[in-house]
Amino acid sequence: MSKHAPHPDLVLTTSPFIKDPTDTRWIMWQVNLALVPVTFAALWYYGLGTLLILSTAILGAAGSEAFLQRRVRNLPGGLNDGSAVLTGWLLGLTLPPSIPLWMAFAGGVISIGLGKAIFGGIGGNMFNPALVGRAFLQAAFPVAMTTWPAIETADRFTSAPATLFAPPFLTPAVDAISSATPLARMAFDQVQTATPDLLLGATTGSLGEASAALILLAGIYLAVRRVLNWRIPVAILGSAFAFGGILYLTNPEVYPTPEFHLFAGGLMLGAVFMATDPVSSPLTQKGCWIFGVGIGVLVVLIRQFGGLPEGVMYAILFMNAATPLIDRLTQARTFGSDRAERFTR
Amino acid sequence: MSAPSRIQMGKSFRHGIHPDDYKHLTRELAIERMPMPERVILPLSQHLGKPSEPLVEKGQKVFRGELIARSGGFVSSPLHASVTGTVTGIELRHHASGNMVEAIEIETDRSSPQALFAERRIDWHDMEPAEIIRLIGEGGFVGLGGAAFPTHVKLTIPEGKTARFFIVNAAECEPYLNSDFRILLERREAIVEGIRVYMKALGAEKAYIGIEANKDDAAQKLEAILPDDLACEIIVLETKYPQGAEKMLIDAVFHREVPSGKLPIDVETVVNNVGTVAGVGELFLFGQPLIERIVTVTGPGIGRPANLLMPIGTMLRDVIAHCDGMSDDTRQILFGGPMMGAAQRFLDVPIMKGTSGVLFLTEDQVVHREEYPCIRCQRCVDACPVFLNPSRLGSLAKSRLYEDMLDYHIMDCMECAACSFVCPSNIPLVQRFRVAKGLLREQQQREREKAKEAAA
Repeated sequence: MSKHAPHPDLVLTTSPFIKDPTDTRWIMWQVNLALVPVTFAALWYYGLGTLLILSTAILGAAGSEAFLQRRVRNLPGGLNDGSAVLTGWLLGLTLPPSIPLWMAFAGGVISIGLGKAIFGGIGGNMFNPALVGRAFLQAAFPVAMTTWPAIETADRFTSAPATLFAPPFLTPAVDAISSATPLARMAFDQVQTATPDLLLGATTGSLGEASAALILLAGIYLAVRRVLNWRIPVAILGSAFAFGGILYLTNPEVYPTPEFHLFAGGLMLGAVFMATDPVSSPLTQKGCWIFGVGIGVLVVLIRQFGGLPEGVMYAILFMNAATPLIDRLTQARTFGSDRAERFTR
Repeated sequence: MSAPSRIQMGKSFRHGIHPDDYKHLTRELAIERMPMPERVILPLSQHLGKPSEPLVEKGQKVFRGELIARSGGFVSSPLHASVTGTVTGIELRHHASGNMVEAIEIETDRSSPQALFAERRIDWHDMEPAEIIRLIGEGGFVGLGGAAFPTHVKLTIPEGKTARFFIVNAAECEPYLNSDFRILLERREAIVEGIRVYMKALGAEKAYIGIEANKDDAAQKLEAILPDDLACEIIVLETKYPQGAEKMLIDAVFHREVPSGKLPIDVETVVNNVGTVAGVGELFLFGQPLIERIVTVTGPGIGRPANLLMPIGTMLRDVIAHCDGMSDDTRQILFGGPMMGAAQRFLDVPIMKGTSGVLFLTEDQVVHREEYPCIRCQRCVDACPVFLNPSRLGSLAKSRLYEDMLDYHIMDCMECAACSFVCPSNIPLVQRFRVAKGLLREQQQREREKAKEAAA
């Protein structure tokens, strides 16, 4: 080897030369992992149908991701990063236990196609993709999306609800023994469900509403592993509790207790798993507080004064839309400057 | 009755990262003097500022410690022969920056005892500060932590400013490196002498020594020999990168932020690396200019890790040979630490004044970056010690919207690489910021020149 030649084995790159091992794939699969206990709870309360609905929704989402990866040039992402599976899984958990499977599949396709791919794939979506899919289903199939079968039926481990297998675009057979969710009972009949039932999941609702306690535990796990920003769920739950509490104090006859708001419906699932999607939530810490408080207040507003019994989905989608603005307004002050400068452009 | 402790614990700055420190490889290894190499290569530019101007010719005999190149201006530094021998050439040679730089090559005289050119004790007690600063400048001292900023420039306080505080930077926050740690343990008298000289030169009323908590044993030992009359406190800092950045260190010690675009002196403080302080101490204790330094040679690729005292100008290949060679799977050799160091490709590059370590990384340690889209996970925002938004800056840089980056304060970025370290999507953030800052600086320079022309 000549004295002045470069050494042939040496690679020239620039610093840093060490790297935190955490990568995007690990983060996404951690969230998937955290969904396992909640899924088991759903399985317990709603039976076999749970597995069918979740796997169909995942198939719709992951299948679309794989298809678009092959067809669209330079679309970042792919099945390896776990985000498409996560989208399908989360979507599935927001669906009623009696949803026809073809709708769950269509929801998965819309989640990835309209919720993610048209924004340029992973990292580009403005809105939580799973909620985009759910919003589509809510608009297209309002009846199927608000029909809730009874829970803990005796035959739940041996057969799935017949409505699951309804063929596309024919009116699904509405289950004769459908029942109302705690939120619907609150909104339309002013009847409250006991908090322990809500916590454990012994109530009617979407699959993921099976156990608020397990979702909370999963959230703590993800926060400890620094996969999600704890500020967002804390802000959502805190503000929903505070706002719900104020209403309750003004008139306990009409308004439910604040803890009812926390544990009923999709708030826990939304606060822990949906609002914390990093792509569609703010980048600044201050922004995350604002984002979370916005969601918490909107949820209670919609539940109490809106036309729908539940408002978690719209609250999150609305704050997703506000995220770029929140980011701009909450840009941190740089080190050694007096205050955050507002942007001129 | 025991004296009150002069150690304050647990101070830090905000944000930052916690990489594995890998210091165990060389932590317990005492400083070892490397035998004089056959030849040394002394680049005329191994400090920040103008290159030095050679004063010797090919064939000339020079003595260890003798001046061989004078300072090229105020922000520059002179150069001294690091071995006794004969000048064999003044020519372009490989430089750790990757460029070819003019350098003086000296062949070592094997028969010489390598005694110091002018060994003497310098009594500074009755000197004027300006005289002390002049001597430090003539000694060729620059920051030994890596930046190699000429020390006399740092010590020259601008009109109207004062330096009430002096901070000795012994944070050594870069993983792997232990040269500062060994100096804390083994050069304590020189450090104390250095602190006295600096305080006199600056007119400072109090000194602080900042040491990261992973070296608190060194803090204890240093405290034990701190003279009672020295107004000096030891600050044990949280082990966190980049604790050794001047502004972070000042924030940790005083909870005070150096204003954006300003210097430590704007908060009445001067910060200097502990190796430099010890070197200045040695200059006054026995007249040795900056001709040698302690280098941590470490990493999984080197045969025998060590903390070596070696002449400035020692070639990388001689360091490798002295440390029992490098393994076949070595893929990267870095000058400096893994966060801010520079990769080398030529084995004849010389160790310079600012080279704090040589790090040998093997195949399995080379970072393979497969870039993924940003998922806005906030890790970079939480890591950035100057509170920038690297995620946003990164997407602007990718779109080449460099001017928009100014609105997001890109010029406050100190290129510590914490953002790139944490990014789970492997986005080369700091790498892009370096490019952007370089281009923006060029553009500002062009605009200044244009304005000058228009005025003329």
